[in-house]
Amino acid sequence: MEHNNQDSVIVVEQLVAGYGKSTILDDVSFRVAPGELLAIVGGSGCGKSTLLKYMIGLHRAKQGRVLIHGVDIMSADEEALNQQRLEIGVLFQSDALIGSLTLAENVALPLQEHTDLDPSLIYLLVKTKLAMVQLAGYENHYPSELSGGMKKRAGLARAMALDPTILFFDEPSTGLDPITSAELYALIKNMNRTMRDTMIIITHDLDLVFTVADRVIMLDRDKKGIIAEGAPLALQQNGQDHRVHDFFNRKQAACL
Amino acid sequence: MGTRDTYTVETTGAVGAPATVAISGRLGIGAVSSFMADTKALFDEASPSTLTVDLTGLTSIDSAGALALMQMENRAQAVSLPLAYTGMTPEVRSVIDLMDREALSLPSIHPDQTASSFFEGVGEGCVVLYRDFVDIMVFLGDLIIVLGYSIAHPRSVRWGEVAFYMKKAGAEALPIVGLISLLIGLIMAFMSSLQLKQFGANVYVASLVGFSIVNELGPMMTAIIVAGRSGSAFAAEIGTMRVNEEIDALVTMGSNPIQFLAVPKVIAAIVVVPLLTLYAMMFGILGGMIVGISGLDLTMYTYLHHTFMNIDAWDVITSLIKAGVFATLIAGIGCQRGFQASGGAEAVGEVTTSAVVSAIFLIIVADSAFAVLLHYI
Repeated sequence: MEHNNQDSVIVVEQLVAGYGKSTILDDVSFRVAPGELLAIVGGSGCGKSTLLKYMIGLHRAKQGRVLIHGVDIMSADEEALNQQRLEIGVLFQSDALIGSLTLAENVALPLQEHTDLDPSLIYLLVKTKLAMVQLAGYENHYPSELSGGMKKRAGLARAMALDPTILFFDEPSTGLDPITSAELYALIKNMNRTMRDTMIIITHDLDLVFTVADRVIMLDRDKKGIIAEGAPLALQQNGQDHRVHDFFNRKQAACL
Repeated sequence: MGTRDTYTVETTGAVGAPATVAISGRLGIGAVSSFMADTKALFDEASPSTLTVDLTGLTSIDSAGALALMQMENRAQAVSLPLAYTGMTPEVRSVIDLMDREALSLPSIHPDQTASSFFEGVGEGCVVLYRDFVDIMVFLGDLIIVLGYSIAHPRSVRWGEVAFYMKKAGAEALPIVGLISLLIGLIMAFMSSLQLKQFGANVYVASLVGFSIVNELGPMMTAIIVAGRSGSAFAAEIGTMRVNEEIDALVTMGSNPIQFLAVPKVIAAIVVVPLLTLYAMMFGILGGMIVGISGLDLTMYTYLHHTFMNIDAWDVITSLIKAGVFATLIAGIGCQRGFQASGGAEAVGEVTTSAVVSAIFLIIVADSAFAVLLHYI
């Protein structure tokens, strides 16, 4: 998938990242097109979650750039960074709903912080978002009163509160049963199709990759970077590298 | 959102006649407020007979924009105004179709919690107090059984943990307990000397400070400081473990959480609080002596002589027993509140507050009981 800098919603250029002296990602570059649903996969400890933290501007890289809508968030000041953060929504692995707030208050939080909308309209928007994730009627529930799958969906509703153009999902299917995961996948795919948001999914769940992803990037712990890139089915069938082949064909070697 | 959301609304048609509203550009969350104001103005001023909304120029829309369109439809419906869309692209339609009208009108499953009346509040408060009392008694029973077992089987106690909490609750509390006791001794001596000076009874400052520090203030202040420092820490630690299902994990592994978590803390507290109390007594008397020597022209010998004239071993022993009881209350209630936590991060905050408040309350109640009891012994 070739496109130039202007077209890409996200551009990662020669990113070098790590904690302290250790380097986890070395010279990683890729682009994400508007509306694309990109999955970032790899075994445990390959740097998937680290990469996510850099893409959402939680860490500053040692070297390299991360452009979101053409703005380099690695060198942007706090204000510019916050402006870009309005364009992104993140569904965290542990849903990260605020326990002392109801679902409605959780979803309303970004709307109250960043828009001048009337409270009645915010309430309607909150109901809309909750209905989109099939949680209509649960406005006054607290996160502790919900099941894991419901919390994930509520987290998604909050991530979508400001209608961001880019959505990040960190291991969205962790802790969900197959049926609940399948529902979540359908929801993600549906959102991607109707809202045409760009979505980046960090996962090692192959079902999720094969069901929803347009393109996959595979990271490797030893190479500290990308070892394969392409459509999921293509990688499954024609993966040259044995690590890629094993991973996509669920070979046991991939687990070692 | 923000600057990307630029739309234009063009209205054609005379007042009272069929009107067309053409929306172009992007209708997003940043533009929804002004869009709604625009359409309201159209309804109020032009009062058209029919309304056609032309979406041909609309490049994109988000869910907030779709909601704004829906609000416009509702407004039209309210004044029985026929409204029709033209030029809707499939992309825009798919976003509008995402809006679930039924769900929007659905009431919440949990109704909003309404404030209860005064009498309901009092009633609920009493029920909560009663349940709390039962919980504490049940925990106390469990704790006594487990402590009894620990005395019979000393090897079952995690002595390493006991040492750890002795250091945390005892050794690390030395500076603050010393400082506060010293200051209390200073203040008491200073304030009482102002009165006693008038009668030339300077020397009784020593008796007063010594007697009150040893019998009341030493054990009480130490207990309150330990409740604030360590009772809260115990509650927060166990509360976090409860919230993270670590306690459930302990139970499934066949451990008794009270034996595993509460016993080391209670034993550590019972050992260190009396020691801290002795230490606090010394510093309190020292504080009084500083005022006595520097401000009241007493010698160190006279001061100490008058101090110990009024205190005997029995006073010190009863104070240390008191301190031991306070320690059991502080550590016990800290652990009990921790085990009570349920929910998320805010539950840990609640139980921590509750641990300190309950511990201080129980310390005062126990102290009153001791005052009466010791009077009759």
